[in-house]
Amino acid sequence: MAKINSAKELQAYKDEVVKKVEAAGKKEVAVCCGTGCQAYGAKDVVAAFQEEIKKQGLDDKVEIKPTGCHGFCERGTLVLMHPEKQLYQRVKPDAVAEIVEKTLKNGEIIEAHLYDNPATGEKHKLESEIPFYANQKRLILSNNGEIDPTSIDDYIAHGGYLGLAKSIEMGPEKTIAEVKEAKLRGRGGGGFPAGVKWELAAKQEADQKYIICNADEGDPGAFMDRSILEGNPQAVIEGMTIAALATGADTAYVYVRYEYPLAIERLTIALEQAREKGFIGENILGSGKNFEIKINKGGGAFVCGEETALIRSIEGKTGIPKPKPPFPAESGVFGKPTNINNVETYANVPGILREGAKWFTSMGTENSAGTKIFSLVGKVNNTGLVEVEMGMTLRDIIFKIGGGVPNGRKFKAVQTGGPSGGCLPESKLDLKVDFDSLTQEGSMMGSGGMIVMDDQTCMVDVCKYFLGFLKFESCGNCTTCREGLRRLHELVSLVADGKGDENTIPLIEELCETVEKGSLCALGTTGVNPVRSTLKYFRDEYEAHIKDKKCPAGVCTELITYEITDACTGCLVCKKRCPENCISGDKKQKHVIDTDKCIKCGICKDACKFDAVRIF
Amino acid sequence: MDTAKVEAIIKKHNGDATALLAIMQDVQAEENYLPREAVEHIAKKLEIPISRIYSMATFFESFHLEPRGKHICTVCMGTACHVRGAQRLVEQLERDLKVKSGGTSEDGLFTLEEVNCVGACALGPLVIVDGKYHGNTTSAKISKVVTEIQKVEGGK
Ligand SMILES: Cc1cc2nc3c(=O)[nH]c(=O)nc-3n(C[C@H](O)[C@H](O)[C@H](O)COP(=O)(O)O)c2cc1C
Repeated sequence: MAKINSAKELQAYKDEVVKKVEAAGKKEVAVCCGTGCQAYGAKDVVAAFQEEIKKQGLDDKVEIKPTGCHGFCERGTLVLMHPEKQLYQRVKPDAVAEIVEKTLKNGEIIEAHLYDNPATGEKHKLESEIPFYANQKRLILSNNGEIDPTSIDDYIAHGGYLGLAKSIEMGPEKTIAEVKEAKLRGRGGGGFPAGVKWELAAKQEADQKYIICNADEGDPGAFMDRSILEGNPQAVIEGMTIAALATGADTAYVYVRYEYPLAIERLTIALEQAREKGFIGENILGSGKNFEIKINKGGGAFVCGEETALIRSIEGKTGIPKPKPPFPAESGVFGKPTNINNVETYANVPGILREGAKWFTSMGTENSAGTKIFSLVGKVNNTGLVEVEMGMTLRDIIFKIGGGVPNGRKFKAVQTGGPSGGCLPESKLDLKVDFDSLTQEGSMMGSGGMIVMDDQTCMVDVCKYFLGFLKFESCGNCTTCREGLRRLHELVSLVADGKGDENTIPLIEELCETVEKGSLCALGTTGVNPVRSTLKYFRDEYEAHIKDKKCPAGVCTELITYEITDACTGCLVCKKRCPENCISGDKKQKHVIDTDKCIKCGICKDACKFDAVRIF
Repeated sequence: MDTAKVEAIIKKHNGDATALLAIMQDVQAEENYLPREAVEHIAKKLEIPISRIYSMATFFESFHLEPRGKHICTVCMGTACHVRGAQRLVEQLERDLKVKSGGTSEDGLFTLEEVNCVGACALGPLVIVDGKYHGNTTSAKISKVVTEIQKVEGGK
């Protein structure tokens, strides 16, 4: 396929693609093939659709598009029918024949597949009517439901690479000025202004400069970057290319987690296609500039998400962070100036160039422009990926978009910012979400994980969980981080086991300070946030563990007992399932658990249909 | 492991020591773990100490220095899965497979592993058995999955 050599040729090519699509006049059916939907069996749904449209003779009228993640993971597999954007949810392969026959052929709506709003009982036909989508601002994610990530033509038809063309026309200085004016801040956690970083890299005199895309996404409970790479890899490539031309780099690395094979596959295909069209490679869009992008697979170490550790890892070494300065922009990969940004940061760049900085700053807040993608997970009804304007309140995200806490339980806390972030209580729900306000309250925006917790989540246990994660992931370089996190984990475990005393909390607090002050990178310095925030907002829970030897949420196994109440009908089910054979009682007799032998595995509680097994 | 295979992998990366991570990953993709002979061979070819390769292999979680089981059970330990009870699934599988998390059962049939997060949080808690996702699972359900495999294997 021929290379595109100028902005004019690009525009002409775009018009041609759009015309072709229009002429074909096909109805597009986008089947979400994100990781969540694939786990539900999305691939079988796609195959069923393809077979069925052939069978029913709709080949030339309908196009089945396997796309990236649409975000509403809770209701997968999602099937979005263009151009009306009708949404069918929880579609299984055996429902496909009927959908093709009734909806695609005859335009009939099948009620059973529509989203039913649990709050109102209403059924919604269109994606835009569903509260989960209606309250979002999907700048980046919307393309995920539109384009086939393996087709560059699709991306171009949606305005792809016009941003790059514009940037070439503007030249490096104006491009950087535009990104600065847009107040684009890094989406990888730190929130550093991207334009300022670019400028620093651009200023360096060097024979060689690099670009890095940080796709290590190590925060547990976060999958934003993965979904962008899987659903719209060209946007990231375009953003990186703009950054390269602006800073004077000619080589780039995308550092992707090895646990993301699909993202790597999609990116590889996308790079191939971008090269064919001349958006990367030699003489990009006829500009005379060259740029090559390589993929590096991460080795599975959380600390390698930290930029200096990541750079060492690219150099073929173990990922141990280095002191800054010098910053990567001054001395990065192999000692050369290197601009490193996060996936989502790059994905925002093409829009800024295409539509202008003013357009971008018209969204969000004064100091946090644009949108942010969050993975809204945990004890929430509508689990999924959400993109909102900065400045939306936590309450609106969790309750309006997320539909609140399931099973009628009570909201307790929301954890943001991953292992560097903190847990915020109900009283902070009206906080506007942006970079600065979350930090002020002892949490962090981080890369965008948002984990909702209910009254059955124990905050001491959550704290222990994060410390367990961090002590394992500490690279071991700084003693305070290596030993401090380990001791913190021990102390919090003592509390969880009911073995804490009046000295434990003061000791924990003291140690937090040491770890914070003595560690080089943010793994240690902000790793104490989960401890501090739970102590600040949920101290009563710690005290219940220490003084009353009770776990109010019923989680910490050392402090709970399982008992069978009078609701027991004597059905024998729990008795049969108990792995320790410690439940006694005859048929139709109330059963009894031998608490000395009980290992608190909870299987009896799961098995009981009468809710007769209770935790005390 | 066949040294010719290791040789080919090193060649693919132009014998470049900065590609060490990728070379190790490619070797592991072939063998499912890093055999001692392969490590020695890489060290010799790239002219680096063996200790550097072991330092990488123990630093990065994706590497295994022992052969793994025929069936791989991976429990997702992401935060979303954790608050939905993932720890109990690990304990159940430890009982069923008679192996501690991270280990391989004596008969070589199962390796039980944990992963930080696979990003399928809507389906948590989640266990991946031989590449198949078992979402919204419970101790009882996942126990059934592995005991089925045990039965099939035992019947052979
Ligand atoms: C322990 C640790 C882990 C990190 N993990 C990631 C990550 O997974 N992805 C990411 O983009 N940034 C991560 N960061 C932040 C990076 O160091 C860096 O700030 C970021 O890649 C810069 O890009 P941005 O300005 O576009 O956000 C991490 C930082 C630390 C201290």
